[in-house]
Amino acid sequence: MCVRQCAFEGHSYDPENDEVNSKEEVCVGCHRCVTLCPTNALTVRQNPLDFRAHGNWTGWAIRNIFKQAETGGVLLTGMGNDRTYPIYWDHLLLNASQVTNPSIDPLREPMELRTYLGRKPDKLDVQYNGKNFQLKEPLPRQLKLETPVVFSAMSYGAISYNTCESLARAAHALGTYYNTGEGGLHSNLYKYGKNTIVQVASGRFGVHKEYLDTAAAIEIKIGQGAKPGIGGHLPGEKVVEDISKTRMIPKGTDALSPAPQHDIYSIEDLRMLIYALKEATRYTKPISVKIAAVHNAAAIASGMVRAGADIVALDGFRGGTGAAPTVIRDNVGIPIEFALAAVDQRLRDEGIRHQASILVAGGFRNSADIFKAIALGADAVYIGTAALIAMGCHVCQKCYTGKCNWGIATQDPYLEKRLNPDIATERLINLIHAWSHEIKEMLGGMGINAIESLRGNRLALRGIGLTDTELDILGVLPAGR
Amino acid sequence: MKRIFVKEEVCIGCRLCEIHCLVEHSKSKNIFKAFKEENPRALSRIHVEEKGTLSFSLQCRHCEEPHCLEACMSGALYRDEKTGAILHNKEQCVGCWMCLMVCPYGTIQRDLNGKKVASKCDLCMGRETPVCVMKCPNEALEYREI
Amino acid sequence: MKIVIIGNSVAAVGAIEAVRSVDRSTPITVISDEPHPVYSRPLISYLLAGELKPDQIFYRPKNFYEKNNLRPLLGRSVTKVHFEERTVQLENGKKIPYDHLLIATGGKPFIPKIEGLDTPGVYTFTKLEDAKKISSVLKDVQKAVVIGGGLIGLKAAEALRKRKIEVTVVELADHILSLTLDETASSILEKALKKEGVHLITSNTVEAILGDGRVESVRLADGKLLKTQLVVVAIGVVPNVDPFKETALHIEKGVLVNERMETNIPDVYAAGDVTQAYDKILKSYRTIPVWPNAYVQGKIAGYQMTGNKKYQYEGSFMMNSIEVAHVPTISIGLTNPLPNDGYQIIRKLDRSSNVYRKVILKEDVIVGAIFTGHIDRVGIITGLLRDGVKVKGFRKELMSEQFGFISFPKNLRKEKLLDLK
Repeated sequence: MCVRQCAFEGHSYDPENDEVNSKEEVCVGCHRCVTLCPTNALTVRQNPLDFRAHGNWTGWAIRNIFKQAETGGVLLTGMGNDRTYPIYWDHLLLNASQVTNPSIDPLREPMELRTYLGRKPDKLDVQYNGKNFQLKEPLPRQLKLETPVVFSAMSYGAISYNTCESLARAAHALGTYYNTGEGGLHSNLYKYGKNTIVQVASGRFGVHKEYLDTAAAIEIKIGQGAKPGIGGHLPGEKVVEDISKTRMIPKGTDALSPAPQHDIYSIEDLRMLIYALKEATRYTKPISVKIAAVHNAAAIASGMVRAGADIVALDGFRGGTGAAPTVIRDNVGIPIEFALAAVDQRLRDEGIRHQASILVAGGFRNSADIFKAIALGADAVYIGTAALIAMGCHVCQKCYTGKCNWGIATQDPYLEKRLNPDIATERLINLIHAWSHEIKEMLGGMGINAIESLRGNRLALRGIGLTDTELDILGVLPAGR
Repeated sequence: MKRIFVKEEVCIGCRLCEIHCLVEHSKSKNIFKAFKEENPRALSRIHVEEKGTLSFSLQCRHCEEPHCLEACMSGALYRDEKTGAILHNKEQCVGCWMCLMVCPYGTIQRDLNGKKVASKCDLCMGRETPVCVMKCPNEALEYREI
Repeated sequence: MKIVIIGNSVAAVGAIEAVRSVDRSTPITVISDEPHPVYSRPLISYLLAGELKPDQIFYRPKNFYEKNNLRPLLGRSVTKVHFEERTVQLENGKKIPYDHLLIATGGKPFIPKIEGLDTPGVYTFTKLEDAKKISSVLKDVQKAVVIGGGLIGLKAAEALRKRKIEVTVVELADHILSLTLDETASSILEKALKKEGVHLITSNTVEAILGDGRVESVRLADGKLLKTQLVVVAIGVVPNVDPFKETALHIEKGVLVNERMETNIPDVYAAGDVTQAYDKILKSYRTIPVWPNAYVQGKIAGYQMTGNKKYQYEGSFMMNSIEVAHVPTISIGLTNPLPNDGYQIIRKLDRSSNVYRKVILKEDVIVGAIFTGHIDRVGIITGLLRDGVKVKGFRKELMSEQFGFISFPKNLRKEKLLDLK
């Protein structure tokens, strides 16, 4: 069975000796064989070819040079930055109520996690009609989330149809949204349109009238955290019949998105596109603009909001991808913690924080990361990698080969069957339920019963093991103060 | 009455159903002994059919109108009153293969180890859920009311 | 409402189990001239061969009659049926009245005209008693002659060979099993039999049985003499219609029945080897003495008698499973069509492994098949034949030993797998 389950042909059966042999050098550490073996006979370990210990010339650095000397090619990889940069979420601590301001028990009292994403008006103009108060002008369209978690942009093509279906069904069941990424929207998934955020990326794959009409919101993708500055990349092997139809490109061609959006060379161009989309959809859908977290993210975000964006989506350098040059993934972009703090502060300073919601993404691992992000100022959090792990991904980082043994990052019909949408949908729902409950526990522990009271409340956080400058940028006090 | 149904869209051809069926019908019910020590090895009553990327498993359907029971010349095949399942008494079977000749699903096989008898699914009598359904890693087998 | 069944074999059981599944109280009387509880006639060859435990011959558990609230009259012969007064008359003169009558008298051996049939040492081979009698004389037998190379004859020959008797089979046609197989399949089995030491003589027949006080030899049509101490007449069975001769019952070769197992006489049904029913492949009324057809006919008669009119007979077709000299063989439907009659034949043959696979089609529908050697999953083909399924798209796959539901087009497969008949 392990022989059949490994798409990398790591196991083979030798009928002569009646035994199974393993080809260790192709093992990617996806654990498919380990998980399915009925006798638990398999385990995976780091291949122990040790180079002599060296602080600078690690085995990894050496092997990369071997590969490039042999092929002359760009090193490709999948998933998010795996280098050991500090994780700032792990340097932030939360508060709890003790004595003053009693804590609240989430199992006994109602807790509000509901979140609205979109432009909020400067003021509420109300009139009294004799019986009750009414708004003079209708509110701009909002996205309503039952929990402050959204499924992040993962394109159909990078992931399989079954995976997209699972994300759509889970978003629908949970009362939140999922993002199509730049792969377009498969016709069978139009029925989940009310829970879909469609993306308009630089390749404009799959963008047509019905695509925009069926969505709940539209996201203009300027960049993504895994590869700021360059466009998406779907290798030709993964552009099969359905992908070709959905993306509106020929079968078998590499889907290479241009680095910039060629009609957006300035902030004014962005404003034109935002309003073009708003006009086309008669102002019924919030428009989000997604950028990667880079050095001057705050200034860019300010410009985006003034250009008319209803949602600012920031993707940190831990963000995942189906395929990216390793050198870009590991070296370009900044942590989402800093980008979020900077953007939130800048927008508040300029008095325009209410004009757009902030959605953050980039390697969120658990409900605590999400909670801290909201405290730093995020309205809601996008999860990508975490959702895939819930569905079975073991982060082997080989998505770009199209040989995902878990049926997630593949278009091979034999492999795709391994992701049963019934099972995957349930697992996603389970994960978000669990996290929502944990968020309520943390809220209750602080004595607050609505996520709104946590949003942007930096006083709920304390830093630990951070430098003065880092504390300053994050806008939090050190633990003890 | 509950019966087993297969969803070919999510069957991944891993054959764990065959492995666990075999162990369940072995003498020791232990996977290591069943495969490595028992001789003759037990037979699985469920079989995976596979061609290209299509695969699914089949076992006795425990039909309402069982052709096998009608064709059995020794009276070895009978219906269990409680579950409605079609069961097979090895002691009474003579290996005439009349049942194999008429089963429209081809799910009766010949057990040629020792005395020649027929072999087929018994819905894991004594268990609440058949092991093939329990152990399928992708929930491709369903045990539900017809 | 009294039900009387003449006969105590598989057709009777089919009827009894059908009636009792809907009605536990209607009295059912079962009359048989044999004294045994219902047993399986096809298994007497296994008994003769010494391969059965004595109780294994019985078709249903010992408490069958009691559990099903039956009135068995075993060891009594029926001499006549008075259809106008609705009674069945036994040998001893007693008359059993009925409201519904099921004729399930089965078949009796066909006995040709041969000199010396009454010489001691000559037996037929259809009943349990036949097997017991033959078994009891085997100690004095070194050689045996079996007249008839059909199903019964070959099973008898095999059983005798397993008892270490030297057997010669004499068959009138030019190949054995001529009614069920074609020449190719027959030749495979003939070769296997010869390998097991069974002598075969074809295109010949026994003219006379010779011996003084006991069988000593037989003389064949071509004059040849065979020394033997035992003769088994196993040419075939014909419907056992003796008690109904000179009555109003419509009989041709067997008792004619419609799709409800009704005879021409109201409330009189017939089922099993005694009937002449509609053959859906040959599209005419035939006697098809095979076990599964008998059970099903009995079942339908039983349901009809209790008013369950929805159960009707879909029609017979020939089907046989026999293992001769370690070569399992299955044949169904029309196996030897006349050439140029619109039939298409696809076949695959590997003599070295005794594997033969033949499917006969007419207008894209399977009408017959023969399988030797590799018989696994043949039932799928039987199912396609029974349901008259058009196999145009997957004809070639029929020859593959891996033929299965995977070879079906998707909608046919879904239909068959989700339809739990």
